[in-house]
Amino acid sequence: MSMNVPPPDASGAAAAVEIEAADAAGDDVIGEAGPDPRVPYDMRVERRQAGRERRRLLLRRPAFIIGVLIILAWIVCGVFGDKITPYDPINEFDTSSLSPRAGHLMGTDQLGRDVLSRVMAGARDVLIVAPIAATLSVIFGAFLGLLMGYFRGWVDEILSRLVEVLLSIPVVLMALLITATLGSSRIVVIGTVAVLFTPIVTRTVRAAVLSEAQLDYVTSARLRGEKSLFVMTREILPNIRSTILVEYTVRIGYAVFTVATLSFLGAGIQPPSPDWGLAVSDTYQLIPAGQWWPTLFPALAIASVVVATNLVADSIEAALAA
Amino acid sequence: MTIVEDAPAPTAKTNALSVEDLELAYKVRGIPREVLRGVSFHVAPGEAYGLVGESGCGKSTTAYAALRYLPSNGVITGGRILVGGNDVTRMSEKQLRQFRAREASMVYQDPGSALNPTVKIGRQVSEAFTIIGVDGKEAVDRARTALQRVRIADPDRVMQRYPHQLSGGMQQRVVIAMALACDPQLLVLDEPTTGLDATVEAEVLDLVRTLREETSAAILLIAHNLGVIRSMCDRVGVMYAGKIVEEGDAVEVFEAPKHPYTLGLLQCLPRRGVRKTERALFTIPGTLPQIGTKLPTCVYVDRCALADDLCRNEVPPVVHVDVGHSAARSDAAHFSRCHHIDRLSQMPEPDSDHSANLLGGKIVMKMQDVSKTFRQHGNDVPALVGIKLDLGNGETLGLVGESGSGKSTLAKAMLGIYEPDAGSEIQLDDHLLEGKATNRPTEDMRAMQMVFQNPDSALNRSWTVRRILKRTIKKLTGIKGEEADKRVDTLSEALRLTPRHLDMRPRQLSGGLKQRVAIARAFAGDPRIVVCDEPTSALDVSVQAAILNLLSDLQKDESTSYLFISHDLGVVRYLADRIIVMYLGRLQEEGTTDQIFDGPHHPYTEALLSAVPSVDGEPSQRIRLSGEIPSPANPPSGCVFHTRCHRFMPGKCDVIEPPVVEIEPGHRIRCLLPVEELGRTQAAV
Repeated sequence: MSMNVPPPDASGAAAAVEIEAADAAGDDVIGEAGPDPRVPYDMRVERRQAGRERRRLLLRRPAFIIGVLIILAWIVCGVFGDKITPYDPINEFDTSSLSPRAGHLMGTDQLGRDVLSRVMAGARDVLIVAPIAATLSVIFGAFLGLLMGYFRGWVDEILSRLVEVLLSIPVVLMALLITATLGSSRIVVIGTVAVLFTPIVTRTVRAAVLSEAQLDYVTSARLRGEKSLFVMTREILPNIRSTILVEYTVRIGYAVFTVATLSFLGAGIQPPSPDWGLAVSDTYQLIPAGQWWPTLFPALAIASVVVATNLVADSIEAALAA
Repeated sequence: MTIVEDAPAPTAKTNALSVEDLELAYKVRGIPREVLRGVSFHVAPGEAYGLVGESGCGKSTTAYAALRYLPSNGVITGGRILVGGNDVTRMSEKQLRQFRAREASMVYQDPGSALNPTVKIGRQVSEAFTIIGVDGKEAVDRARTALQRVRIADPDRVMQRYPHQLSGGMQQRVVIAMALACDPQLLVLDEPTTGLDATVEAEVLDLVRTLREETSAAILLIAHNLGVIRSMCDRVGVMYAGKIVEEGDAVEVFEAPKHPYTLGLLQCLPRRGVRKTERALFTIPGTLPQIGTKLPTCVYVDRCALADDLCRNEVPPVVHVDVGHSAARSDAAHFSRCHHIDRLSQMPEPDSDHSANLLGGKIVMKMQDVSKTFRQHGNDVPALVGIKLDLGNGETLGLVGESGSGKSTLAKAMLGIYEPDAGSEIQLDDHLLEGKATNRPTEDMRAMQMVFQNPDSALNRSWTVRRILKRTIKKLTGIKGEEADKRVDTLSEALRLTPRHLDMRPRQLSGGLKQRVAIARAFAGDPRIVVCDEPTSALDVSVQAAILNLLSDLQKDESTSYLFISHDLGVVRYLADRIIVMYLGRLQEEGTTDQIFDGPHHPYTEALLSAVPSVDGEPSQRIRLSGEIPSPANPPSGCVFHTRCHRFMPGKCDVIEPPVVEIEPGHRIRCLLPVEELGRTQAAV
């Protein structure tokens, strides 16, 4: 193709060459000649090497390191809670509405509680609720996605419509409906987020299964009389693990976000928890009065977790693709 | 024969392309790994130069390097590439863009991905002209002319279409038209016909041949198919591990190869009508060294049967071979980098102890009136119509036809992957089979297994080889535990897999080894019938030969029957005892391999036979199928082949559906022509 603009596949072809070259060098492909008798060979050594290589790739990415550090910091805050906060986040009152200063690095809120302490302690609820909700949604989503992608036909038709219905209801409306009906406990919040996320995971997994199920190894499994359950869980599932892992990490980030939204709307975690969403909701009306600190810092905390999980998810995806 | 120290110094000024001592490396994790180790060749204006070699030898890298299309980790570490006297390796980005726009073009393997799926053909082709500075209206006119030039009969209609609405052959014509838009000095064709059917391939190659006479462009053709190279190129370079080991006049190199590698490649091919009953195929032991391997002396030394201490210690000289007519043109000199070209006759001969298989034993499988109709958007699409066939014990039945002719559907209907229509009868030994594989008892499933075309897709990449084999043994034979382990060992030994391979996952194995594992799996339950769907089409010729030998050995030992699907007529001729030719889901001709190849032929068979480009020269007759295979949803009236037949009789073929006539014992043809008028062609394979 002769043109100034590179043709659509020029980079593709080049990339293919690149991957091929990397593959050839990386995988120690064994040729027709069979093993080289001079080299002693141990499977475990190689497996370890592959694992180490992947870890090395991950650790070389600054994005991954930053993401992990942020998340670790919040986990420490969540685990130790008021044991490491400078003040008691719930029951210790100073002068109200102090702006950030020495002694109160993030100021105090309208009740005189230390904002820094509340932000640190506020990690606990969301770090319990969000991962559990994400885990549940991935389990259900993977299950449904496998069924739809493997059986297709009417199973897929019916479940697809169901997924579409769930996806078409606005998130907030749905969440408010559920919590209004069932009250708002931690369990309800977990359930709500899981229900909201399941259809999204389902779609991702279904797409992966669809392309996987067309491969000949699936046909071959049927030709030796394997049951559908076996083909789905033992043949296909291991090959879509990386897709699911990436989706899982992304979902945790969004779960944090959604849990905070629910708390903000009063449908999630309840006072007097120092939860971030709740804190934002309690204090945002003070912003016009110039008191931005009780709102800004919890909001930044939410953003930091979401960004950090996305950094980790992107890095994992890139490392798996390499 | 003269010996000189260096490759001939090409005269840079007169050549359209001259590559001088090119060295190139791919950086893998920061370490540069050598891919090209001093490649030198040149192509004169109007000349066609071919590069051949196994995959991974560096031929595509060389082609991309000629336009400096390199992946981000590719580094040119030495040498020059001159196109029309300008050094491509020293161009700035801007000069490079100008150069690619005006002086050089490339045609890729897959035309489908070379065209933008969202842009109509007309605009895409016009764009190729806009880039070289032609304005709107005129660009469209030039695009129309360009399409006419590549023999597209109705350019206005084609310009209104999107790429996916065109067949593969049409798409490749469009890509060629775009490549020629700037009237390039250099045209690089990278496997331009690899994904296409033989009949379409023949058309595209014809086109390139005619275009060569119209332009002065130098052509660099990359192909793994030696027949394509021979029929298209003036000169050929044989590449191995990033070095050209032999170069010369194409006919000469293929007729009288002077390097052990070239000779090996040629001997791997099933050629000149050789059959499995005559001898095993030659194979080249070992594999291509990995990129970055240090090869200080002869690059081929590890796999060469003639290698001795001299080869291991000294760089082989460039040896010029003076054979008759080529001596006149100094630039067409035939040379080989080998210490021992006088010892080529001592290359070991393949095992000739290949006793004939028992042919026509007891009938294992009978198919009667087998049809398969798919439903698509509410329409019936008959993919298979009234197939009748017998398969004898230990017999190989070859199945040939273009893609879309129903070969794979037939195989899948037989295996029960597709449930055939009601009324179809598939009989194994004495009992009728259930239509669907899942309804068949284990015994019946065990009796029929399949080897797939693409081993990457056929093997579960997260399973080890051992698990794949053991699970299959367990499911099909019920043998478990240690007993099953023992069977895995016996099986892998029969397929020459070592215990070390058993603990690997497919991605750690080469293509040939993967296909061995797939074959081992098919044989795990001692099947009566194995369906082989193009089992070697994804493999290099040297590996293909090893796999074909293996299949024929296994058959001899186990007296398994094969249903062997292939588009490669040479391979079918080598392995098959009988052949069925299919077109549009219908049987067109059936006979023993000799009957099919010697004739008289069905006109369709005749066309297929004459389409194959061969390393042994052109077929005596050239019959080109025009047009495309019609949609099975709307088959032509009368004889389904009449729309493309070169023997079409108006008023007859389009009205009467021809019956299947047995013209000699076992040789059946579906054609209205009287037997005496059926053609006979000398197949080139």
